Amino acid sequence: MITIFGVPSAALFGQLLLGLINGSFYAILSLGLAVIFGLLNIINFAHGALYMMGAFVAWMLLNYLGIGYWWALILAPVIVGGVGILIERNYIAPLSFSDQRQSFVLIGATAIGFLVLSFGFSLSATLAFVGAAVIGVAAASIYAWKRPSQSSTVHVDHLYGLLLTFGLALIIQGLFRNQYGVSGLPYGIPPQLAGGQQIRLFDAPIMFMPNYRAWVIVASLIVCLATWFMIEKTKLGAYLRAATENPTLVSAFGVNVPLMITLTYGFGVALAAFAGVLAAPIYSVNPNMGADLIIVVFAVVVIGGMGSILGSIVTGFTLGLVEGFTKVFYPEASSTVIFVIMVLVLLVKPAGLFGRAS
Amino acid sequence: MANATTAGAALPADTNIPTVLHEPRGTASFHLKVFIGIAVALVIAPFVLYPVFLMKVLCFALFALAFNLLLGYGGLLSFGHAAYFGMASYLSAYSAKVWGFSPELAILTGTATAALLGLVFGAVAIRRQGIYFSMITLALAQMVFFFCLQAKFTGGEDGIQAVPRGRLFGFINLADDRVLYFVVAAVFLFGLALIYRIIHSPFGQVLKAIRDNEPRAVSLGYRANQYKLAVFVLSTTLAGLAGALKAIVFQLASLTDVHWSMSGEVVLMTLVGGMGTVFGPIVGAAVIVAMANYLATLGAWVTIVQGIIFVLCVLLFREGILGLVARWVKRPL
Amino acid sequence: MMRKLGTVIAAALAASCAGAAQAQVSVKLGVLNDMSGLYADISGPGSVVAAQMAVEDFKAAEKGIKAEIVSADHQNKPDTGSTIARRWYDQDGVDVILDVTTSSVALAVSEVTREKNKIFMPSGGGTSDLTGEKCTPNNVHWTYDTWALANGTGAAMTKKGGDSWFFLTADYAFGAALERDTSNAVKKAGGKVLGAVKHPLSAADFSSFLLQAQSSQAKVIGLANAGSDTINAIKQASEFGITQGGQNLAGLLIFSSDVKALGLKAAQGLVLTEAFYWDQNDATRDFSKRFAAKFGGKMPTSAQAGVYSSIIHYLKAVEATKSKDTAVVMAKMKEMPIDDPLFGKGSIRADGRAIHPMYLFEVKKPEESKGEWDLYKLVATIPTEEAFRPIEEGNCPFVKKG
Repeated sequence: MITIFGVPSAALFGQLLLGLINGSFYAILSLGLAVIFGLLNIINFAHGALYMMGAFVAWMLLNYLGIGYWWALILAPVIVGGVGILIERNYIAPLSFSDQRQSFVLIGATAIGFLVLSFGFSLSATLAFVGAAVIGVAAASIYAWKRPSQSSTVHVDHLYGLLLTFGLALIIQGLFRNQYGVSGLPYGIPPQLAGGQQIRLFDAPIMFMPNYRAWVIVASLIVCLATWFMIEKTKLGAYLRAATENPTLVSAFGVNVPLMITLTYGFGVALAAFAGVLAAPIYSVNPNMGADLIIVVFAVVVIGGMGSILGSIVTGFTLGLVEGFTKVFYPEASSTVIFVIMVLVLLVKPAGLFGRAS
Repeated sequence: MANATTAGAALPADTNIPTVLHEPRGTASFHLKVFIGIAVALVIAPFVLYPVFLMKVLCFALFALAFNLLLGYGGLLSFGHAAYFGMASYLSAYSAKVWGFSPELAILTGTATAALLGLVFGAVAIRRQGIYFSMITLALAQMVFFFCLQAKFTGGEDGIQAVPRGRLFGFINLADDRVLYFVVAAVFLFGLALIYRIIHSPFGQVLKAIRDNEPRAVSLGYRANQYKLAVFVLSTTLAGLAGALKAIVFQLASLTDVHWSMSGEVVLMTLVGGMGTVFGPIVGAAVIVAMANYLATLGAWVTIVQGIIFVLCVLLFREGILGLVARWVKRPL
Repeated sequence: MMRKLGTVIAAALAASCAGAAQAQVSVKLGVLNDMSGLYADISGPGSVVAAQMAVEDFKAAEKGIKAEIVSADHQNKPDTGSTIARRWYDQDGVDVILDVTTSSVALAVSEVTREKNKIFMPSGGGTSDLTGEKCTPNNVHWTYDTWALANGTGAAMTKKGGDSWFFLTADYAFGAALERDTSNAVKKAGGKVLGAVKHPLSAADFSSFLLQAQSSQAKVIGLANAGSDTINAIKQASEFGITQGGQNLAGLLIFSSDVKALGLKAAQGLVLTEAFYWDQNDATRDFSKRFAAKFGGKMPTSAQAGVYSSIIHYLKAVEATKSKDTAVVMAKMKEMPIDDPLFGKGSIRADGRAIHPMYLFEVKKPEESKGEWDLYKLVATIPTEEAFRPIEEGNCPFVKKG
């Protein structure tokens, strides 16, 4: 058998295939981050938490409503995307408003809601908090709807968007931790995809490939390509790209830019939730599952070039491969290799591999 | 947020950080009063509050002050300050425990390590701006974390435990919490005064000019990168001093100190206290450390409360606690 | 004059209070652990419930002991843990700290306890260094330690025919210690170790490492990691058909809460060592059902049960000596045999190790399970004298001297 650096080539091939599977998760997640960053200019730190939420929604659908994996694959992104839309409208958008009234309504209603629910209805603190968040968001939405639209003139720093979404991530993860513990919950592989195939290359067995993993690659490729097509080749995508370049000009053409921003955030978040559902059967469904991943996904986005759609897809898959390679030769470093690459790339190409220098 | 509406491209130019370029008259004497107030509070505090808790606050306050020097006055957001804090803490612990260094030498060793690390990393990082600068610092810090995890001398996740506090200058016994407290307080005051001097020196003025408009500063003949590197190294050195002190106070150095969440925590402290205020990070550190200590019985709610504070700060009090106070007393703090 | 009178009255009051205090000992017990992170389900809030049950069951108040429980979250940070421990000892008058998951925090608390000369009874914290090289006269290590788990699983699996091993080791000191101790047990029992792969901490994907383990053709894959790492590894091993292919998985640090999280479908056949399982006998079942009633229907883990038992033993010693002086109580605890409904008969050795039988369990197949919490079947009982590391191998400094 041919060996490469002392590792049988068949085994190496298997490892690279596995790397590609991990790469699919990086690709979907970084794609969502890139879409959001492109239009909102915000590094969405809550991405990991919403990925986790996607997995949990799939679990809840199954255990509370008896809805299985395939429907969850559609429903969970829709539900989490909806949550994302509410977050954007009530938390992120007001960042660039010139006054803070909507935020005061939001925080005030949330606080009152919490007091009423926890003391008036003696709900557990976690549930009361979730209920209060719903009340707060509802109140702020009604308030925003009743008053004339806010012109978003204030330029917001990256930093505030990042800190805000970081805070939201802490809250979301904490609530899930309170309700479901940290050990995680079981979620099985859908029966249609159970089992696997023995992959052979010239009759030499390479590895046992579970059907589900093959499905992960296929599903993520489809989603990534569809997103890329939508953004680069359709009219809607053209608006989106134009709004990224110059929002004022686009809104002058009669396009509702704030709505587009909101929907984009919802879409980016839905992608994260989709990745979450894909991950549920193979990774432990626990509240911390996104926290460990988010930093790596950031690195992927930066290496690909902030806001670059194609960049994040290609880099996602490529870094999965690189990681897979590292796991064979220097497994301890497999979580650090991405950061080494990031420093090198940023030093050589400051705007990332696919980014345009500003 | 006077300059909030000015259009700009990269992070340093369009930050909403209140500028302290134009200080009203009498600010210096006001700040002197604040200084004296802090010094008096530091003397009284250990008789009212628990000294170990106070020392923790002081270490983190110094760390946050160092971080704020870079962010508030250099306009550079580092996501990897835990690396300098943590490495200094390891080196100080290791030299005190294994090489038998006296505490002052151990702290010096740790601080020097952070300075050296800052020089190397800074030289790499300051070549990029805005969010790319932040990501490079984060990536470098992740590598330091990996190194600390792998290296034998750090003791892995057990950390370096049972570090002797020793005798300062050979005759001051630091085993007594109160004695150690006054040493820490003195170092803290020294750090605060140093940072205050840096901010108000000609060097600090050039920094602020670079932060607000780098091309203009360059066109005036200032070598922006040299200034940035200098403030980066100053910041990492002081962060290292904080980390080295902490190792002696708690008699341990561990992976927590180099983990990226520590870098996040120092951002939180600075944000809560008030970015770009001189004294804000002290308040921020006090609030966050007090929360971690006194809300510990709340269990999982600590992180939720932290998240709520983040959200509240960003949505409602973007200028932080001292920013609000400063607006109220109409003087920069 | 008035002032003088006041002083006299105050002195008299103080004296009478002191008199009352002699009749009644009041102790304060601090449960310090991870309430929100990685290990919150292993000990966490459940340990506080167990501690309260211990005080109630002991009927401390009737026996002249006023026992109060405080608790806190150390967030897995050694400095937070040591600050809380110092504050508890210095300011809040805590006499004993219990549980303390996470080895780095446990070691930090152990140092503080020694310095303040109080008592530390770890249950959730597993590093065998607590009664080994870093032992102190103030520690009583309850429930389990890494050596006991490694030895139990390693030796028993090897004797059952699983005589070639491959390790998946979390890349940190704790994982390395588990791997080292298990390797020694395997070799002593006549098995051999074919290799190991180190993976980074909290790596979500284990398929690559599992594949390396698979191609080693070892009979047993030892998981020298913890928490979500172990859960992910087991989940993916089942996905890749590793257990179906004839290789066995051995969890070296896994608790019933982890198995519950995995589900029996993924975890079936897994072999592990624990000090306690709720469904062992009438006494454990009775305790566990009362515990579950107070704790949202969750059965106690061995770490939580350990908190309960260690408090009972401590209170017995306080009752017997009518004192809470550290040296007196420690001497009594070490002298008194353990006779515990949950952990059986045992004793506390000079190095502070509480010894009792350990049990080798196998996770049931889904069709064997009769209920939500019916998780394990007993494979072997490891007798008390073999379950823990012999005292002379621990290199505990103060034991060697004495």
